[in-house]
Amino acid sequence: MDFPVFHLDFFGNRLLIAVIAVFHVFVNHPLAVGAMPLITALEWWGMRKADERWDRLAYRILLVCFILTTSVGALSGVGIWLSTSLVNPAAIGSLIRVFFWAWFAEWIVFVLEVVLIMVYFLTWKRMRDRKGAHVAIGVALSLFSWLTMAIITAILGFMMAPGSWLAAQSFLSGVFNPIYLPQLAFRTPLAMVTAATFAMFLVFFFTRRDGELRRGAVRFVSLWTLAWLPLAAVGSLWYWRVVPDWMRANVPVALTTQDFTRWHGLVAWSLATMVGVLLLTSLLGTVRPTWVPRALLVVPFVVSLATLAYFERAREFIRKPYVIGSYMYANGIREVDYPLLQEEGVLAHAAYVSVRTVEPANRVEAGREVFRVACTRCHTTTGVNGVVRRLTRLYGAGAWDRDTVKAYLSSMHTARPFMPPAPGSDVELGALADYLLNLQGQPLALEGAQVAGVTLTPAATAAVAAP
Amino acid sequence: MTPPLPAPLDLPLPLPADPLVLEIAVVFLFLVHILFVALMVGGSLLTLVYEVRGRRDPDLDHLAHEIASTVTVNKSLAVVLGVGPLLVMNALYTVFFYSANALTGIAWMAIVPLVAVAFLLTYAHKYTWELLAERKGLHIALGASGTALFLLVPLVFLANVNLMLFPERWAGVHGFLSTLILPNVLPRYLHFLVASVAVTALFLAGYFGRRGFPAEEVFSSLDRVALRREMASVALGASALQLLAGPLLLFTLPPQGLSWGLILNILVGAGLAVGAMWLLWLESTVPAPALGLRYVTACCLLTGTVIFMAWGRHLYREEAVEPHRRAMAERTELHRIAVEGAQMRAAAGTLRLGPQEAVMSPGERTYRSICAGCHARDTRLVGPPLTEIALAYPGDPAGIAAWTRAPGRKRMDYPEMPPIKLTDEQYRAVAEWVLEVGSGT
Repeated sequence: MDFPVFHLDFFGNRLLIAVIAVFHVFVNHPLAVGAMPLITALEWWGMRKADERWDRLAYRILLVCFILTTSVGALSGVGIWLSTSLVNPAAIGSLIRVFFWAWFAEWIVFVLEVVLIMVYFLTWKRMRDRKGAHVAIGVALSLFSWLTMAIITAILGFMMAPGSWLAAQSFLSGVFNPIYLPQLAFRTPLAMVTAATFAMFLVFFFTRRDGELRRGAVRFVSLWTLAWLPLAAVGSLWYWRVVPDWMRANVPVALTTQDFTRWHGLVAWSLATMVGVLLLTSLLGTVRPTWVPRALLVVPFVVSLATLAYFERAREFIRKPYVIGSYMYANGIREVDYPLLQEEGVLAHAAYVSVRTVEPANRVEAGREVFRVACTRCHTTTGVNGVVRRLTRLYGAGAWDRDTVKAYLSSMHTARPFMPPAPGSDVELGALADYLLNLQGQPLALEGAQVAGVTLTPAATAAVAAP
Repeated sequence: MTPPLPAPLDLPLPLPADPLVLEIAVVFLFLVHILFVALMVGGSLLTLVYEVRGRRDPDLDHLAHEIASTVTVNKSLAVVLGVGPLLVMNALYTVFFYSANALTGIAWMAIVPLVAVAFLLTYAHKYTWELLAERKGLHIALGASGTALFLLVPLVFLANVNLMLFPERWAGVHGFLSTLILPNVLPRYLHFLVASVAVTALFLAGYFGRRGFPAEEVFSSLDRVALRREMASVALGASALQLLAGPLLLFTLPPQGLSWGLILNILVGAGLAVGAMWLLWLESTVPAPALGLRYVTACCLLTGTVIFMAWGRHLYREEAVEPHRRAMAERTELHRIAVEGAQMRAAAGTLRLGPQEAVMSPGERTYRSICAGCHARDTRLVGPPLTEIALAYPGDPAGIAAWTRAPGRKRMDYPEMPPIKLTDEQYRAVAEWVLEVGSGT
């Protein structure tokens, strides 16, 4: 309401965040959080066996991880932040006000992590005579990689279930929310396991076929997977059981429960598949390292990435209709603002809209401005999650009935509990219905502030007058 | 300057710390960040220049390679150290900063892939130095494209932190390119680029001049003193250029943020810089045999310059933003009171709802606001259409009401209906209305 509205009318704003966030997790979990301890373990093993070849292999894997994490990994992390601040500035701004010191601490840890990975990588050859000390740097690096993830997971958990923060509004009550520890217990071993699937790729790339090193390394990485797999199973089970409790407590509506049960079942299947595939390939790798064909390695890697992506998607879904549970809706409007907006309208209160009141002559334009303020964080006009397609699914391709659309707008949150209630006054909902009907006949794209800029319209008297 | 109406609302949550703490944090954390950005930008520029000149003189090619290996470290620090000040900016200037970001959204988002690609190009450039020794043109092109991206990204940041100071100009902005024609953007960018070269050259004078640097292993004719002299003269030249770029920037600044405090900071900073330039002059004409007090003093003086300039810049920012911030605070407070009032009225059931559009019968109103999410007249949505319901309960509104009160699952191809809580009067009215519409009368 108070920011120029950035909007991607084809891809949708959610997809922008999703693509960057999933990409970041794909790099961060396997190549940083999980890879650093694995590489350190390989280096330590090479030191113990006094075998140069293991050391060289560990270094080569590190080179790949170093280049990718310090470029696309670090940048996509920043990208999540930039994209969320474009798409929902009210939400990310509020989270920053509450979690400033957590993020600040995470930043310090992140700085140390980057310094450590540079020290670890750049001193690899120089510290050849002090292997023990160099392995210790690797251990510290692993710890810091994990810490950055541990801190950010607290913030993610908070967004889903703010727990006691809503009453206390304190920092610690926000951090120790009910979903935090299960999620961390799930992410940690998952990162370790995905790192192993990625490292296996590189082992095949960097070692000669039928060599002794290949056999040893495949066995080593397989054992690593086998060691972490039970923890991954336990962690995911815990997380999987905590989430519906929270869901049931917060959204006790039959329809969502049905949707939820459906994807909850899917999650269980994808987890079971991942664990099964990883178990089989790593057992094979331990017992008969030479039998592991290169093509087979793609399967566990893809399966574990898919599980990771699916969990992120699910995590995002279950916090709806809120962006910050019970405080702010996904549209960036606080729950407490609703009664006022219902009385005076969103157009009177939004900072940048082209009209302030609904008149007979401006109904479609007013409706478009309501749409811009209230709907565009999740919906496009005709692109991804477009309203035209949604309404066509409800009311068919024939001309829609205005009153039915309007009545639906006022009540959709009861039938679809993942939707926030439509904010605004009765006449604004009417104007929104007019806009949607107009959009059905004339599907004009809606340009965001990044292209169209903003219009400054003098405040309606209601908005500036003292109550 | 009167701020444009309406002022946006601030986020109604307290700042995480005293504003002064955050202000000091943003100025100093930003300085640390921009130091490494300067080393990254200036370093890749100097790498490019020396590599091109190195086609005739192998020693300059070695010099370029040496500088390139500092860039890959500095660029990582530049990014990671940028996160802290960005976080403080987000907290301290939330509305101003995010608004500027949204207005330049595409370019703002493009920072991420641009920097990532620039980093990958920089790695490729550094690690293929020997591999592409025979194909120097290609190798230089690799470095040049990375450098070009490094030159572009600061412009996007600069446009944003500049745009956020002038909310009165926001209405005229249509995308990133239009923010570049705000009068002071390009002078500011020039000032930054020249400073980057100066800072990098100063750093390299110390880096190559340090006692442990094995110059004789790397170069055939250049020694530590010659390298220091070269870098000191580059730093001197760039600093001298700032005597032009600085005033150009000052005189193109929009007046709303200017204050005598700012002018004082700039004058003190420039005074220190002149002292440093004198020392750099000595360093490049009569270099001391070893890196010593003269170099350290020059660095200290320039650090002072940068701190004064940065604080002056902060004063400008605060001055420019102040009237908007005041208007925003006033409106935020009024809004808080209005929200509380509406909350109380909502709890008491006395919301001052404006004009309501259509007058509907009580039954239709209940149907449209509650049932229509799942039921339509003659098509299946989540639940069956009204026509089917009317067939199942001919002339029996009480039956519909009873089902609605305690529903269950009738058909396996439909989801279970949730119980709907209404008053007795509403159950009756909506049941009658459903029957009436569903049977087509």
